[in-house]
Amino acid sequence: MQLLELKDIWKTYYLGDIDVPVLKGVSFSIEQGEFVALMGTSGSGKSTLMNILGCLDHPTSGEYRLDGQEISGLSSDGRAMLRNSRIGFVFQNFNLLPRTSALDNVMMPLSYSVEHLPERQAKQRSVEMLNLLGLADRMDHEPSQLSGGQQQRVAIARALINKPSILLADEPTGNLDSHTSEDILRLFQQLNQQQGITIILVTHDANIAKHAKRIIRISDGIIEGEIKSDAGGVK
Amino acid sequence: MKIYRTMSIALRALRRNPMRATLTTLGIIIGIAAVIAMMEIGNGASAAIQKSIVSMGSNMIMIQPGTAASGGVSFGAGSVMTLSPQDCDAILQQCPAVQYVAPIVQARTQVVYGNKNWVPFFIVGSTPAYLSIRNWTELAQGDVFTDKDVRNANKVCLVGNTLARELFEGDSPIGKEIRIKNVSFKIVGVLTVKGANMMGMDQDDIIIAPWTSIKYRVSGTSLGNVNQSSAASTSSTTVNSLKNLYPSSQLSLYPTQSTTQAADTPQPVRFANVDNILTSTSSTQNIPLAIRQVTAVLRERHHIRQEEPDDFSIRDMTEMIKTFTTATSLMTNLLLCVALISLIVGGVGIMNIMLVSVTERTREIGLRMSVGARARDILRQFLVEAIVLCLIGGVLGILLGHGGALLVKYFKHWPVETSLTAIIAAVLVSMSVGLIFGFYPAWKASRLDPIEALRYE
Repeated sequence: MQLLELKDIWKTYYLGDIDVPVLKGVSFSIEQGEFVALMGTSGSGKSTLMNILGCLDHPTSGEYRLDGQEISGLSSDGRAMLRNSRIGFVFQNFNLLPRTSALDNVMMPLSYSVEHLPERQAKQRSVEMLNLLGLADRMDHEPSQLSGGQQQRVAIARALINKPSILLADEPTGNLDSHTSEDILRLFQQLNQQQGITIILVTHDANIAKHAKRIIRISDGIIEGEIKSDAGGVK
Repeated sequence: MKIYRTMSIALRALRRNPMRATLTTLGIIIGIAAVIAMMEIGNGASAAIQKSIVSMGSNMIMIQPGTAASGGVSFGAGSVMTLSPQDCDAILQQCPAVQYVAPIVQARTQVVYGNKNWVPFFIVGSTPAYLSIRNWTELAQGDVFTDKDVRNANKVCLVGNTLARELFEGDSPIGKEIRIKNVSFKIVGVLTVKGANMMGMDQDDIIIAPWTSIKYRVSGTSLGNVNQSSAASTSSTTVNSLKNLYPSSQLSLYPTQSTTQAADTPQPVRFANVDNILTSTSSTQNIPLAIRQVTAVLRERHHIRQEEPDDFSIRDMTEMIKTFTTATSLMTNLLLCVALISLIVGGVGIMNIMLVSVTERTREIGLRMSVGARARDILRQFLVEAIVLCLIGGVLGILLGHGGALLVKYFKHWPVETSLTAIIAAVLVSMSVGLIFGFYPAWKASRLDPIEALRYE
């Protein structure tokens, strides 16, 4: 089943009189349960593409279907709800709320969900999620008391708390040392294989991209090529 | 549920930066504290002013007898004696708005003690209620005469400070006997100093005695504006020659009746009249009501038909009441201005810090938006944060202001009055300050672009 489908996506920024086309007709599709790496050098348009995939931005032209739903025409509130229920974000700099416990950080997206879980259930779900990511003993720690890897795990728990269809990771290992990076990437692979979560990893680093099952290379706003990798398995 | 969650998010956000939250609220705390303290002290002052104006007799109502008229010539207010002591009792019993009633009989005559004499400005015959109406119940020395003295027409009196000074020159007048038109009165008390009244007349130049004593033992006639000491020297038997160019006494224009003539034309006997009646209400607001009630009672008692005019007239202290209301509203408006200014300053402080906070938390806003917060969620979050901040400030300000007012009361002995309205208003105002001054930063936060916000360093 096709989870998301992009057709001829264009994105142009207007800087005064100059038009800067960043995406020039990008088309691809991703199936449920894939682990895809979007790879490209800086300035290649991969961040813009990720913003569009994450429903943070809408394309200038083209079609974007997520779960069969056309996205480009949605209002900002509609996109917000979609982000809440379908998409989990993991950022390079973790973006955890400072001076807020890991548990509260993970619970945060639940307060914007449509279903409105009662406090007790929300807490239980967050605890389970943190357990799953091996942070059972770090629940009450604030981000400043956690290592980079632990912070990123909290961020991943937060991204997964609303059971999204896609996990969008933007350079998730950019601020981590190589050893911790490896840990996080292995965690992604595990989540992908064991939980069946679709993961899109945005990176400029081929070494990181090779952890994905499929690599989409993007350069200068167009898809340059695609590599199927067999390295996606848990080592 | 949603409100609760928003509140808890707001509280958590504020707890993340307690120092800043405290400093931010300081503006509101000081503002509200100033308002509360000013209101309490101001209310106290206002109450004190009110009290002093009431002591001037702002809630007094004067009932004067009617006008005599003969063939189109009217003789002015008080020229007919239509008020009786029984009217007093009826007013007291039948007019709930009236608090005190005192009949008044006036005289103007010479007072003698030893080798000194003096003509006091006021010789008032009344009941002890007179002192309550004039707010004069505290005496410098001695005691007030009693209602029993009034019933028995006892020869006792109270003297004012000026009179005591003139006649006794520093000696205690208590127990001394003075002669009022050759009737000796024992002084039982000395009144406290009251000073001049609004017209500049010395209110301490006074003798107060039971009205029965003045009426039956001293004045004889009821016309208080006549100096009766000189009238006494002219006997009724003197022939009126009309030749006296500067008469010191009132001229009788018509020959007096002989006993035979009087017996031939019997007049209905009217028992004791009083010159006027003084009443007071418990508060200034009750005056119009009291006037209506007194009018109804007196018209009924005097058998006045509906179309006929009153045979009495009622006056209140309109001018004083006006002064009083002006003073009070001026005070309130002044306080309101101070309150508004301090709250606006506090509100600007809140807005300033909220703007800083929005800028500083741009990344957080971006993050919240990326996990699905809608613009209105962000708006609500920051708005609720500002309101919570202001509310906390308001509550602390109320406590601080109240404490400050109590301190002032304790150390400076200023009159202080706790005002519930001020407290409720303070809470409402601090909330609306939060709402008004928190709206712009919150709106700004909600308009952020999530991508930009996430990238913000």
